[in-house]
Amino acid sequence: MRVRTPRGNGRGRALDEPVAPTGLPIVCDTVGVRRDTTRLLADISTTFAAGTRTVIVGANGAGKSTLLRVLHGLVIPTSGSIAWGGRAQRPKRQAMVFQRPVLLRRSAAANIRYALDLAGIHGAEADARIHEALAEVGLLPLADRAARVLSGGEQQRVALARAWALAPEVLFLDEPTASLDPAAMRAVEHIIRDIHARGTAIVMASHNLAQARRLADDILFLHDGQLAERTSSSSFFSRPATALARAFLEDE
Amino acid sequence: MNTFIDSLSVAAGLVAHLDPRFLAIVELSLRVSLMATVIAAAIGLPLGAAIAVGRFPGRQALTIVLNALMGLPPVVVGLVVYLLLSRAGPLGSFGVLFTPTAMVIAQTILIVPIIAALSRQIVSDAWAEYREQLQSLGASTMRAALTLLWDTRYSLTTVLLAGFGRAIAEVGAVMIVGGNIDGVTRVMTTTIALETSKGDLPLALALGVVLVTIVLTMNAGAHATREWARARFG
Repeated sequence: MRVRTPRGNGRGRALDEPVAPTGLPIVCDTVGVRRDTTRLLADISTTFAAGTRTVIVGANGAGKSTLLRVLHGLVIPTSGSIAWGGRAQRPKRQAMVFQRPVLLRRSAAANIRYALDLAGIHGAEADARIHEALAEVGLLPLADRAARVLSGGEQQRVALARAWALAPEVLFLDEPTASLDPAAMRAVEHIIRDIHARGTAIVMASHNLAQARRLADDILFLHDGQLAERTSSSSFFSRPATALARAFLEDE
Repeated sequence: MNTFIDSLSVAAGLVAHLDPRFLAIVELSLRVSLMATVIAAAIGLPLGAAIAVGRFPGRQALTIVLNALMGLPPVVVGLVVYLLLSRAGPLGSFGVLFTPTAMVIAQTILIVPIIAALSRQIVSDAWAEYREQLQSLGASTMRAALTLLWDTRYSLTTVLLAGFGRAIAEVGAVMIVGGNIDGVTRVMTTTIALETSKGDLPLALALGVVLVTIVLTMNAGAHATREWARARFG
């Protein structure tokens, strides 16, 4: 089954399709997040463009998860501002995959249908997208199985299929392989590459440096809630610019 | 001891021969308590979900009040409903005092707090787990609440059963507002109380056995459903 899906940054879009306003680039301007008296993020100014792959690295508690949630609109900055494609409202065409997949007590296919329904996609279009997404993650044979009794790796693939079906412009991933065994981790990384290959920007938090090396074009290094360094993956790993980054790489 | 054994055999006869008077009492009990459970579910489940998911002033206070109301003494509920429904009361004109309708009202009031408080706990736990994912998918608070109610449906059946169990086992409230009128408002519990005091043990005993059997069967059914659902849906 071949379905036409809108591409992440507008390339390959058929002429008769309505052009939805893009939610990219995401621009953070001196973003800070405080909870009670704790500083989670401070003074983050950076940009995420269409089609890029950025991996956020840093020690535990450096603010990786909080930054992802700010970028996805789940956490509102307590200072500074964030804009998606020049607008202050969080755009619809984003998806997020969490460390532990949260699936509803229904079949794998019905989990994806639920997400599509919330995105306003129903009927034959939804059927086609569910089929395509499950095929993409290799779970078509398990489409009608209850999602929450699948293995951890399979559940994470259902979560990725759910994100895939939404055809997001940007996909956020919060340590998506941290609870998985090596084989499941490879499968998930493969899917992330496929999702990127069709035009979706990737922003992922990871404490696995080997994984960051495999998946990142760009590295964003957080230290103690602050942006310590942002550079291309190759230069981060070969010639880290800051002493903090050198120390972090040596520790890991 | 002889009385007990004699009573037991007469009781067995009542059950075995489906004595019409005995059947009518069982049927009325089931009808009143099922109706009360259905109405209380329609009020209590949305209320519990709203308190679990919603953000509104007084939410904390409402939770405390509901938890406290779980222990409402049935006779006091009966008394209040009696006052409301009596000829001189504000709802006296409906003329439902000493009818099964009055008994349904009393039992509903008694179990709404149970269903609301227990479902609040269950939905609230699920919300803690699902919250970010549902918000990520763009679910409104209302939609999230409905999703959580549906996703916890097997746990919620246990809650409804707890409500039903409390309703059907309760004596004080239905005695006061129903009046225990033979053939009209006499249910299992009130009959047991009356017949025991009159010394007619067989009927009381037969009804007692049926009441216990109903409650045990429904609990076993709920347990089996939950286990099946856990294996099937995780």
